[in-house]
Amino acid sequence: MKKTGAQIFVESLKMEGVDTIFCYPGGATLNITDVLTDSDIHQVVVRHEQGAVHASDGYARASGRVGVSLVTSGPGATNTVTGIATAYMDSIPLVIFTCQVNTMLIGNDAFQEADIVGITRPCTKHSYLVRDGNDLAKIIKEAFYIARSGRPGPVLVDIPKDVTSNLYEFKYPEKVNIRSYQPTYVGHIGQIKRAMKEIASSRKPVLYTGGGIIASGASAELVKLAEALSIPVVNTLMGLGGFPGNHRLFLGMLGMHGTYAANMAITSSDLIIAIGARFDDRATGKVDEFAPHAKIIHVDIDPTSISKNIKVDIPIVGDSKNVLQKMIHLAEQDGGDFKDYRASIGEWLKETEQWRKDYPLTYVRNGTLKPQYVIERIYELTKGKAIITTEVGQNQMWTAQFFKFLKPRTFLSSGGLGTMGFGFPAAIGAQVAYPKSLVIDIAGDGSIQMNIQELGTAVQFKLPVKVVILNNGHLGMVRQWQELFYEKRYTWTCLECTPDFVKLADAYGAAGYVIEREDDVDVVLKEAFHNGMPTLIDVKVNPEESVYPMVPAGAPLREMLLV
Amino acid sequence: MRHIISVLVENEFGVLSRVAGLFSGRGFNIESLCVAESQDPTVSTMTIVTSGNDAIIEQVLKQLNKLINVIKVVDFKDLDYVSREMILVKVKAEERTREEILRMVEIFRGKIIDVSAKTYTLLITGDEEKLKAFLTLIKPLGIKELVRTGPIAIARGDKVIKVKEKHSEGGGEGNG
Ligand SMILES: Cc1ncc(C[n+]2csc(CCOP(=O)(O)OP(=O)(O)O)c2C)c(N)n1
Ligand SMILES: [Mg+2]
Repeated sequence: MKKTGAQIFVESLKMEGVDTIFCYPGGATLNITDVLTDSDIHQVVVRHEQGAVHASDGYARASGRVGVSLVTSGPGATNTVTGIATAYMDSIPLVIFTCQVNTMLIGNDAFQEADIVGITRPCTKHSYLVRDGNDLAKIIKEAFYIARSGRPGPVLVDIPKDVTSNLYEFKYPEKVNIRSYQPTYVGHIGQIKRAMKEIASSRKPVLYTGGGIIASGASAELVKLAEALSIPVVNTLMGLGGFPGNHRLFLGMLGMHGTYAANMAITSSDLIIAIGARFDDRATGKVDEFAPHAKIIHVDIDPTSISKNIKVDIPIVGDSKNVLQKMIHLAEQDGGDFKDYRASIGEWLKETEQWRKDYPLTYVRNGTLKPQYVIERIYELTKGKAIITTEVGQNQMWTAQFFKFLKPRTFLSSGGLGTMGFGFPAAIGAQVAYPKSLVIDIAGDGSIQMNIQELGTAVQFKLPVKVVILNNGHLGMVRQWQELFYEKRYTWTCLECTPDFVKLADAYGAAGYVIEREDDVDVVLKEAFHNGMPTLIDVKVNPEESVYPMVPAGAPLREMLLV
Repeated sequence: MRHIISVLVENEFGVLSRVAGLFSGRGFNIESLCVAESQDPTVSTMTIVTSGNDAIIEQVLKQLNKLINVIKVVDFKDLDYVSREMILVKVKAEERTREEILRMVEIFRGKIIDVSAKTYTLLITGDEEKLKAFLTLIKPLGIKELVRTGPIAIARGDKVIKVKEKHSEGGGEGNG
């Protein structure tokens, strides 16, 4: 029996096991929404399409499943762009369905027409315009496969409205076979053996790991390898949670706001083992002086990441988990290759330990309310058992520094694009994926205003997300650069006319609190975390506080400004 | 350095814009691009001429390979190959230059494919060197318009660049 494109769409989502869709309607979605409403797929209707994509992104980051969104043509589609670019930069598996004007009208500047495939081409892993409804099921199948396989990423599917109403034979393909797309999962064993030899002859090895560990589900393997060979670990921002933040071998985040120990370890190392990280400029500092004494092993599923920014000595294309398993196996088989290595590794660990002791992450407690203190308290009160999202700016960096992420998929943050306004809708998405978990967005007073409208979504769908606004009255991170590099000329960065967040929460039917003193922190947070409601907590922190350590842009990692 | 790259792609809607977008988005040079269907109607061959140092070319090859619709990427630098380009050139044909033009066309084994009272339109094919030499000689006679196809290339001998599996050649790093 033939089905309409809209029915095929819904059936296909079911075949993919989709349980939730983040969406916003319009003229072009009508046929689909009319069918979706009778399905079991949970439809979270947001307030802005950017919110829909970020929410599906938060859902994907927290759960590891593909995040799905659906929006209308034209402005609905263009509103998704920031969300898509955010997911693209961080390799998050999403499928974004945009509806399009009727096939016959495409190219005519029809009402609410936008060439969304063209607009998003550089920020999608792949995209489709469904030109023939007979291909719809196959395209959906491929879109999900491409989004989650290899190096994951967002895939956009643009569906003209007539395709959703016309009738087609429906048969969901069982398999995907794309001859031009065959990601490499299995690492080359010869290269892996070379890498292990290199490790055995190193004296100051460092594991530098990123989001690839989380994407591939390789955390347990990473811990195992690090422990087997006592290798200290540094994480990128995206890698946080991929290695336990309280582990004795963990030196913290590296890079512009990385720890002293992490940056010094990289600088002194004689062997960097990079896994699922891409040598982003925020992590490397001045590239020419990155790890000047080290050879570099680089494991990545995406060949383009290898030797892009930094020349690599031993490239290994493959899935992090697969490669780590082989490395562990070789380390365990150790036929004496690691004898000298084991005899000397203690020295190196002593050195890294000393850096950690001499220059721990710290801040001055002076009676004012410090943002770092608030984050430390959130960590203590939750015992690290929460899903934390962040906005962008100082709030993000302090969270990365002062919250110890113990498990993968508990730190959701826009790393590559640095998108203000990401954290709140992402928290909504994470809460949808895990209704019983405590989900907290650690926000800035600037960023939260970028997608504040999603309070409506949180309240409507009873999603008890907690937003802790580190309210410093400024676009703090930009202000910090002005303080350090622009003679304290605070142009555009002092936030005026910020709303009363408690009243705002109240207006939406959410809970609101203010914290003004250290003494109130625990009391209010405890209540807020247990009130069962979407909640804004306006924390009036010291407006002068800056993020340290800081490696000025373009400087080598060893040149850190400290507190 | 200048590289000629052959890219086998799915003969589908929108693939050309993905390839072109990749070059502009990542700031890679593109000197010429030539594209048409191959012997297999589902596959198109793009011949791209680009330039850059080794690190850049490595990225060009890998990034092309990463595009979902790209089936295979081959850098002719690693192969023995032949390449040809076609040019159409409209030159001034005056009383005193007609003879000279005819002679030149003959020497370069070209053709005159259109004639008017004041112009000749010439067709010449050849490799880079030959076309360069021809244009240098014809220039003083007065070129009014020049149109070139950009080169296409093919491996010498029995070697065939065909669809097999991706990442098997050209930019597959450390995997073979
Ligand atoms: C969408 C977007 N616009 C602009 C920026 C540039 N930017 C980076 S951090 C920042 C300030 C953020 O202010 P706030 O949310 O209050 O965080 P704080 O740094 O004060 O903690 C700005 C404007 C950005 N990252 N994203
Ligand atoms: Mg702020």
